[in-house]
Amino acid sequence: MATTASSTSGSHVAGTPHDAHHDAHHGGHDDHHHHELDFIQKWVFSTDHKVIGCQYAFCGLAFLFLGFLMMLVMRWQLANPGIPVPVVGNFLRGAFGPVVMTDAGALTASGYNVFGAMHGTIMVFFGIVPLAVAGFGNIVVPLQVGAPDMCYPKLNMASFWCFFTSGVLMMGSFFVPGSAAKSGWTAYPPLSGIADLPVDSSVWLNGQTVWLLAMVFNITGSLLGSINFISTIIQLRAPGLTWMRLPFFVWAQFVTAFLLVLAFPPLEAASFMQLTDRVFGTSFFMPTGLVVGQALGQSWSGGGSPILWQHLFWFLAHPEVYVLILPAIGIVAEVVANNTRKPLYGYKAMVYAIFLLGFLSFIVWAHHMYMTGMGAKVAAFFQITTIMISVPSVILLTALLLSLWGGSIRFNSPMLFATAFLPMFGIGGLTGIPLAFNAVDLFLHDTYYVIGHFHYVVAPGTIFGLFAGVYYWYPKITGRKLSEFLGRIHFWGSLITINGIFFPMFIQGMAGVHRRWYDGGVTYEQLAGPVLHWNKFMTVSAGLLALFQLPFIWNFFTSIWFGEKVGRNPWNSTTIEWDTPTPPPHGNFDKPVEVFRGPYEYSVPGAAADFIPQTQRP
Amino acid sequence: MFSRIFKYLPFFSDAEVPYTVAARPDTGLYNAKLGIWLFLASEVMLFGGLFSAYIFLRIGAEPGYWPSGLLNVPVGTANTAVLIASSVTVVLAWAALKMRQLAKYKFYMAITILCGVFFLAVKLSYEWPAKFNHFGVFVRQSAASKYDEFLGNKHLSETGQAPRWEISGHLLDAPKGSPYADQAHHNAEHFAHETHRHDAVTEADDDYVIQLDPVNADPDSKENDRPHFLPRPLSSKLAVIKAADVESASTFAPRHSTYFATYFLITGLHGLHVLGGILVFLYLWLPIKGGTKLYQSNPEHLANRVEIAGLFWHFVDLVWIFVFPIFYLL
Repeated sequence: MATTASSTSGSHVAGTPHDAHHDAHHGGHDDHHHHELDFIQKWVFSTDHKVIGCQYAFCGLAFLFLGFLMMLVMRWQLANPGIPVPVVGNFLRGAFGPVVMTDAGALTASGYNVFGAMHGTIMVFFGIVPLAVAGFGNIVVPLQVGAPDMCYPKLNMASFWCFFTSGVLMMGSFFVPGSAAKSGWTAYPPLSGIADLPVDSSVWLNGQTVWLLAMVFNITGSLLGSINFISTIIQLRAPGLTWMRLPFFVWAQFVTAFLLVLAFPPLEAASFMQLTDRVFGTSFFMPTGLVVGQALGQSWSGGGSPILWQHLFWFLAHPEVYVLILPAIGIVAEVVANNTRKPLYGYKAMVYAIFLLGFLSFIVWAHHMYMTGMGAKVAAFFQITTIMISVPSVILLTALLLSLWGGSIRFNSPMLFATAFLPMFGIGGLTGIPLAFNAVDLFLHDTYYVIGHFHYVVAPGTIFGLFAGVYYWYPKITGRKLSEFLGRIHFWGSLITINGIFFPMFIQGMAGVHRRWYDGGVTYEQLAGPVLHWNKFMTVSAGLLALFQLPFIWNFFTSIWFGEKVGRNPWNSTTIEWDTPTPPPHGNFDKPVEVFRGPYEYSVPGAAADFIPQTQRP
Repeated sequence: MFSRIFKYLPFFSDAEVPYTVAARPDTGLYNAKLGIWLFLASEVMLFGGLFSAYIFLRIGAEPGYWPSGLLNVPVGTANTAVLIASSVTVVLAWAALKMRQLAKYKFYMAITILCGVFFLAVKLSYEWPAKFNHFGVFVRQSAASKYDEFLGNKHLSETGQAPRWEISGHLLDAPKGSPYADQAHHNAEHFAHETHRHDAVTEADDDYVIQLDPVNADPDSKENDRPHFLPRPLSSKLAVIKAADVESASTFAPRHSTYFATYFLITGLHGLHVLGGILVFLYLWLPIKGGTKLYQSNPEHLANRVEIAGLFWHFVDLVWIFVFPIFYLL
């Protein structure tokens, strides 16, 4: 039994005896850092940025899938109100209990609210952010800046375990009395202040309270992670890697991390306030004179303001929208430059645009709140800033589109997803412009038009960008490529069906279908008759979309063993992450990193190859 | 299976990250110093959110529903002074380390820790508990005229001041079934023992009896139009308030009003930060591996640790410098 001490942290780590199996795999490089650790230390409580990134990414993908399955049940209910869910109805009844599912296996109204709230929460805070920011950020950013690890490896591990705790709490909340949170992912009070209270006399053990606790952990994890990203990018850039030589993905993560550091704390504060409202009976968000039912076991002093929550919530949640999209834009930029074999069009303009975008995202939040009766002057301010923010967004999108021009494009799986990202994000962005205007928003607010708009941004937009990233960096992490054939099935199937889900939402929304209708009640036919048939179409599309994820899941797991083996740089890329052994060892680089050129020197006239790695000496 | 996914990656020990002690030349920062500033930026936003809530709620409060003058200003002032003093001593401790004077470092750090402990002790043993034994009743506006001898609204409206709806002091008798019955009973016994009066407990089951604060005891006096620096003792005057006339009644606990909700949340969170600071300072002061033992092997590393802990401590101090005026003075 050998005991070793790590050199920088000073913490003692007990090593396990050498085992032959490991040594067999441990041929080539990186023997200078040879510690032997058991499974738990290697894979569970690891401080290595790549392991943490994979933990995050895997959890993120799993949560995305869970959130999607919840939505399938909701879509079934919308298309077939009150009819038991086929095949899995009984299972769901057993798993989620009578609050969520009827005995026959149909979704209840409460269950619809539970799934709606949890779908939003899971997709945003447990799916996309962990995958896009923490997953890809952790794996790729240190490699792209030429760093041996993240700046604070232990904080990085703490970040993941905060996130993991929050995930366990959030999932566990399905099984507390009264089931999980039902007040939407926005948790608007006073509804969220009284939801589930009193349940079995416990103010702690109920859906909304556990939701708040989980959010506090989630936010704490995000803060630790984002501080780490900023520090890594500023402090650990390799020699010669000046700011304007950073790959665009790093810029995207840099701005994203700033958004998280500055926007998340107010929501943490707001979560504390809502928690004390629920647990200690304060009135931060409970207005004077609030009367709810007669059996209410709790009284409030009043004097609070529900609008205060909305301000604090959207002060986070609007920048959060850019947290969701910017890493995807970063990934797409990498993939586009690599597969068009040309430099990005307007790299500097893109960098300035993303900073402007980050800044403006802090002063547009109240466009989510036009319905609160704010004054015309305030509405005008937020209307103007919201229109202004479309300028940098359009610069980014246009630069990416123009990057395609004149390139001899390689349409491999990552590039297919990246190319599809552009028009999908375009639809999402452009349909947002009408919503920026106060007068139009009064009509469209809370309709399916809004749902269609932001899902185009985050589903075929961000998630396609993330798929591009998965296909692009998978070889670096595992040493094997994903199957191109399955990738194409996955791509074309997803592209067609996902539009089948979201495009009809614009039609329904403009006809006035409300986003929170469970079955529409007795007047459903009168209110929405002419557009109701779309529900069936959308539900079938959603089911097919689920089927088209199966090739991806199969591909993802089997390619670990059976994929095509690759070397250091399978995509002939210029950026530094491809200048490591595949997969990268602990400490990442097998030689000192020095950078001599910009990130996208593709097809340089007169050069021997059509790409010049950043580390190649001039 | 897993060993196939990443053959060489994972080790529990950290990789060799540069600039953990020495500064990176082009940024002039060692890693932790940048990290603490970013952390403080997020803390600014956290407390900024809470202070914004304070402003939002205070501006939105109906006249007469935002109490003032209920906190003990001399005690708050003393605590402010203690906290500022500790911010000075922590800098002296850091400077001593920079000059490689370990004994001096230990001395100043000990004072810093003691200051922090003193601050928290005052909060925990005196300031917060006192609130929970103080009681306030907000009278319904429709019934307020019945209690004008305690509210003084005639006087307040004549002199152009905001109305008063709250009657506060020590609770001596509570309506039947009130969660404050035990507290009232305890206070009534104490009151009877001190004053030899036995009129504190009424026959009726629906009365609040309150031994009045000086403001409610003599609400028409000009004396009471402005806050007082020195706290004044309770009067011996009693008020009897019918439960039906009461809008809300509570000790000065978080649920009492948005004022106390904000007060407890902000001072509570600040208190947790003070506690965190004390624990970190203790860690850096004790002769353990991360603490003064580090001085033997790498004194600069210890100085760096003290510097970033000190930056955090200054921030905690700064938060208090906002808390003190907005809650105690305004």
